[in-house]
Amino acid sequence: MRGGQGAARAPVLQFTNCRILRGRALLREDLWVREGRILDPEKLFFEERRVADEQRDCGGCILAPGFIDVQINGGFGVDFSQAAEDVGSGVALVAQRILSHGVTSFCPTLVTSPPEVYHKVLPQIPVKSGGPHGAGVLGVHLEGPFISREKRGAHPEAHLRSFEANAFQDVLDTYGSLDNVCIVTLAPELGRSHEVIQALTARGICVSLGHSVADLRAAEEAVQSGASFITHLFNAMLPFHHRDPGIVGLLTSDRLPPGRHIFYGMIADGMHTNPAALRIAHRAHPQGLVLVTDAVPALGLGNGRHTLGQQEVEVDGLTAYVAGTQTLSGSIAPMDVCVRHFLQATVTLGKASCCGMKTLRQPCGEAPMVRN
Amino acid sequence: MRLVILDNYDLASEWAAKYICNRIIQFKPGQDRYFTLGLPTGSTPLGCYKKLIEYHKNGDLSFKYVKTFNMDEYVGLPRNHPESYHSYMWNNFFKHIDIDPNNAHILDGNAADLQAECDAFEKKIKEAGGIDLFVGGIGPDGHIAFNEPGSSLVSRTRLKTLAMDTILANAKYFDGDLSKVPTMALTVGVGTVMDAREVMILITGAHKAFALYKAIEEGVNHMWTVSAFQQHPRTIFVCDEDATLELRVKTVKYFKGEH
Repeated sequence: MRGGQGAARAPVLQFTNCRILRGRALLREDLWVREGRILDPEKLFFEERRVADEQRDCGGCILAPGFIDVQINGGFGVDFSQAAEDVGSGVALVAQRILSHGVTSFCPTLVTSPPEVYHKVLPQIPVKSGGPHGAGVLGVHLEGPFISREKRGAHPEAHLRSFEANAFQDVLDTYGSLDNVCIVTLAPELGRSHEVIQALTARGICVSLGHSVADLRAAEEAVQSGASFITHLFNAMLPFHHRDPGIVGLLTSDRLPPGRHIFYGMIADGMHTNPAALRIAHRAHPQGLVLVTDAVPALGLGNGRHTLGQQEVEVDGLTAYVAGTQTLSGSIAPMDVCVRHFLQATVTLGKASCCGMKTLRQPCGEAPMVRN
Repeated sequence: MRLVILDNYDLASEWAAKYICNRIIQFKPGQDRYFTLGLPTGSTPLGCYKKLIEYHKNGDLSFKYVKTFNMDEYVGLPRNHPESYHSYMWNNFFKHIDIDPNNAHILDGNAADLQAECDAFEKKIKEAGGIDLFVGGIGPDGHIAFNEPGSSLVSRTRLKTLAMDTILANAKYFDGDLSKVPTMALTVGVGTVMDAREVMILITGAHKAFALYKAIEEGVNHMWTVSAFQQHPRTIFVCDEDATLELRVKTVKYFKGEH
């Protein structure tokens, strides 16, 4: 808590009659806030000898921390992978609009693109604190281009790359600067991935495994080199097989370095992952589950046809199709819908709240109220 | 003394809470007239605190004009440690009621000068006009607060080394690890509590029965410091049936009003 007379005199707000998330459980506790920071009320009582200046009755609702979306490709017509002149205002628009979904921090995600796009776009997406103006930018998530051809999904084949030749230097050459990057998704079966994973991890960047045909052994070695996340579990990887569980097997692997946990993103939009699969993953490794939207630019656009870059997209409720076809065109379920869907699938809301966020340290803004 | 015997823990807790509630209301506390309450910790008074909170939430009882003085606090345990008495009082009582934090007094077990802290506490009690009602418990070794066997019956607030019985009894709160249990505490003295205008001792459970017997059916003795209250003009012992197991049938019948 910051000291100083000014801070001490600021009004103390007490949210009562609510449930808050603490220690991975939902507890019936009041939440105390002053100047946008959460207070320890016991300390306030015994040291400052103060009570709340204002109380707000939450009507029995859950008061949840803002959600963190670590995989979102755009929304509201904005595409983060477009080499626009003013990427910043597109990011700001999305940041502002996702607040109403309960998201207070996010990682703008760039799909496989040519180097020119990275060089132009990355410097325009700095890390930024959130606030009433919009969700905070934690850093960019680079999904590709160092991924498997076979499992590229919707990523453009022409721009896939390997780092076989110069390992980490290839990475730097492709992306330009890594200053604003916080997650990189890559396929660990690519040659020299271990050097790359180690170099990225040494820079504090989270390495995520995805769009890959790696078997469990390769995945485990990647984790031993520093990888700590899995990109949209089940999608764009080998399916679970009982003699080689592949990347999915990391959830129950006994070969992870001691004390280390694997986290995994899951898209719980009701479409990309069958509820039974959600449950299997959740039951196998609940502490590692991270809900992501993997939303595309069609997120938040109303029903009907929209032009997004080179694509014509038809939005119908919570589904986006390539116009005139039955082919899914990415996810457009907002985060709060994903949370609700996950709750329905697993009937454990406490866990859902824990799962919507990774353990990233950041200053607390005003926690938005989320009705359950 | 009065010996009030209720059938079980919940009824004993309720009786005690109602008594405290009525005392406060009848006193008609106000701006220039605070009701001073001495308070215990431990498992015995938890039910009583819950009831008091209930009365407060119902709108029947306000602590706005109540000053509280806790009996004791461990030495060397950080104030925000989950087992400190500060934490206990915050979680089990203060955070649920409307007491002014400036009126909630607990000894500081991390003070630079522990004896000065104790002297200052005595002074605060005096400045508050003395204690109207001191609520306490009894240890299995018959102690009141941390006035362990051998404590002077006219003692004042001071630093005490805890007896082995007490350390063993407290181990359950420290994961059963004896090495984690504090060995020293600041405590109000027997004399400090005796100065209160009224004293109420809560005693529940069969494991306290022997201590109760020693406290009220044997002589005044510094090995069973609760026995000092035999010489207080206004003391009530509130117990459940199990706590009376070591008493004479005659004593129990008398206080139950059976002839």
